[in-house]
Amino acid sequence: MKMTKGLSVLLGAAAAIGLTAAAHAGQITVISWGGAYTNSQVKAYQEPWMKKTGNTIVSADYNGGLAEIKAQVQSGNVTWDVVDVETSEGISGCNDGLFEKIDASKLPKGDNGAGPLEDFVPGAITDCAIANIAYANVIGYDSTKFPGDKPTKVADFFDLKKFPGKRGLKKEAKVNLEFALMADGVASADVYKVLATKEGVDRAFKKLETIKSSVVWWEAGAQPPQLLASGEVTMTTAYNGRLFTPAVTENKPFVIIWDGQQQVFDNWAIVKGTKNKDLALDFVGFSTSTKPLADQATYIPYGPARKSSAPLVGKFQDGKTEMAPHMPTNPANMTNAIVQDVKFWADHYDELNERFVAWIGK
Amino acid sequence: MSLAIDQGALTARLAKAERRGKIRAFLLVAPLLAFVLLSFVIPIANLVTQAFYGDLVSSNMPKTTAELATWNGAMPVPETLCESFVTEFKAAKAKDAALPTRIATLVNREFSGSLSKLRPVANSDLSAPYCGALAKLNDEWTKPEIWNAIKIVSPSISPRFFIQSVDYRLNADGSIRPETEENKIHLALFGRTLYVAAAVTLFCALLGFPIGFLLAHLPARTSNLLMIIVLLPFWTSLLVRTTAWIALLQQNGVINDTLVALGLITDDQRPVMMYNMFATLVAMTHVLLPFMILPLYSVMTGIKPNFVRAARSLGATPFTAFWRVYFPLTIPGLGAGCLLVFILAIGYYITPALVGGQSGQLISNIIAFHMQKTLNWPLASAIGTLLLAGVLLLYWLYNRLVGIEKMKFA
Repeated sequence: MKMTKGLSVLLGAAAAIGLTAAAHAGQITVISWGGAYTNSQVKAYQEPWMKKTGNTIVSADYNGGLAEIKAQVQSGNVTWDVVDVETSEGISGCNDGLFEKIDASKLPKGDNGAGPLEDFVPGAITDCAIANIAYANVIGYDSTKFPGDKPTKVADFFDLKKFPGKRGLKKEAKVNLEFALMADGVASADVYKVLATKEGVDRAFKKLETIKSSVVWWEAGAQPPQLLASGEVTMTTAYNGRLFTPAVTENKPFVIIWDGQQQVFDNWAIVKGTKNKDLALDFVGFSTSTKPLADQATYIPYGPARKSSAPLVGKFQDGKTEMAPHMPTNPANMTNAIVQDVKFWADHYDELNERFVAWIGK
Repeated sequence: MSLAIDQGALTARLAKAERRGKIRAFLLVAPLLAFVLLSFVIPIANLVTQAFYGDLVSSNMPKTTAELATWNGAMPVPETLCESFVTEFKAAKAKDAALPTRIATLVNREFSGSLSKLRPVANSDLSAPYCGALAKLNDEWTKPEIWNAIKIVSPSISPRFFIQSVDYRLNADGSIRPETEENKIHLALFGRTLYVAAAVTLFCALLGFPIGFLLAHLPARTSNLLMIIVLLPFWTSLLVRTTAWIALLQQNGVINDTLVALGLITDDQRPVMMYNMFATLVAMTHVLLPFMILPLYSVMTGIKPNFVRAARSLGATPFTAFWRVYFPLTIPGLGAGCLLVFILAIGYYITPALVGGQSGQLISNIIAFHMQKTLNWPLASAIGTLLLAGVLLLYWLYNRLVGIEKMKFA
């Protein structure tokens, strides 16, 4: 009896503390892509923000796509506050009214004093989404599988005679069609011009057809390194950071072909109708400011979306690997690089993906 | 006379008591009813409705919808149409900033590239004559395609998603054209889904029958152990089981490595057992096998051994005794198992997507694709409705041929 009373007093006190704490500090839910990537965000963005503001963050993973967000917004039961999205999804979600508009001019200034609109690299700011990093879709291979000549360019990915073995490709039209055109001899600057025509699309599919029977399709970013490590494929497309980590920390023989890399931004977007809009905005502003962006590169080789962060990028967490050579934004890696054309994909995503899915199914 | 009154009062009392009983019974099932309604009936009804009903355009742009309905497709479009379109499209933006692009997204699905032509209309200052202003904005407005696309999406009730789910498209004038060759996919996938489901059902029946027989006729101790082995995978996560098959079947997987180590094949002869139809059938059969074994087992334990003995003593060969006496008695269990496995297999998509490579694309993958990637929920709903109708049809057929009341699940 006494014990129960003591316990209830304790619980009551705990509840009271909890309540007062809730009155002062808030909590937001931040959704990202999981694995090493989310981990880098927790270390570089979330922990410093929680320490600075006293608020808490619930961090959870998803696999991309707007379906869950759409369901939350339409049902009026918004439980996600901030979501990490690719630019094309940031735009289409903004168009569909799933995200809050963000006034980028009110974001923090760069540490060098540059205004936010000038400090962010081109393409990093859209109506509803603010980029944090740029990653690259690259081709990677297992160097032990090609003892002689090594593949060096996009066309080598499609050369099954010279570089035998299965290929890993993401089960999506985006990225694959661009690689196919580059391999077919289209200059990287003209890729989207060609892809905007019916003949260009036919040409891309025809090129993909030449390796279709040797393709292993992947869907999650963690799969390509697994496919390479298990020997299931000899060459695969991948997000550059996912190949870097096993190569550096586990000495896997993975090599990245930077030729024709396709850069994409990952962005923060705030879900429309969240009750924590102000906190969410504060977190977005903090995490995309100069230092957190530079800090993130300590954990994963993705390029910060602010110019002022670039000079601050140092070494990998092992303390010896320089990050700069592994960055998609490193000039030496920029040969034939393209930046994904989000306007093109906003217009043609549905059409090309439907055709792509139909093509795979045949 | 008094007897009749008493009888009447008695009946009334009985009816009252029965009614009370009924209310109590109803209250007991009420939570379940509410749960089924909320979590099952209403969402399904909602999705089925989405497949043919959507008033995004007709409710926000009623005048445009009405004028497009009477427009005969002749170019140039009448000025009144341009005017109501521009004013209503801008009014939609004033009401909700996201509306124009939501409408444009619908139009874009009928005529790809429209998104970037429509959005500027809401954002620019246009004045009369509106047709000329639109033409100045973009050349496309002088061509019929974009107007046709708007006309197709404007009615609130439209069969276009059902038409699209069987590889045809609706034209603005109400006629139907076949889907372009490179975009045809749904019918082929419906076919492949039925084929995979039928094959998996067959394999499950072939493998499950002897196991069910063993379980039913072994001594209790051995059969209990065997039952645990059957149920053990049932308690394991679907993803774990599927990933285990990847580890077993892949190029450098357990099976191939063992074959090479035993010297049965050389290193470059490793058979491809992963990311093809073979892997899909193996993994799905494994995952669905318990659904076949359990109903078979429950029916087989109820069959008296005397029946077969009697048949044998009357001169039947072992095969005749099995085929003419034992097997017909297992039909209710076999039927239930086949129906369960088939219906579950038709809706499967995680396992085939992970192990099946490009042949692992089934119709459910397309539904998931439209739900998650293109956000074309009406089309996903239409395909799902067709699938549901197909399953109900099978159920009805089964009822006609075997009889649902004979079915025994476990």
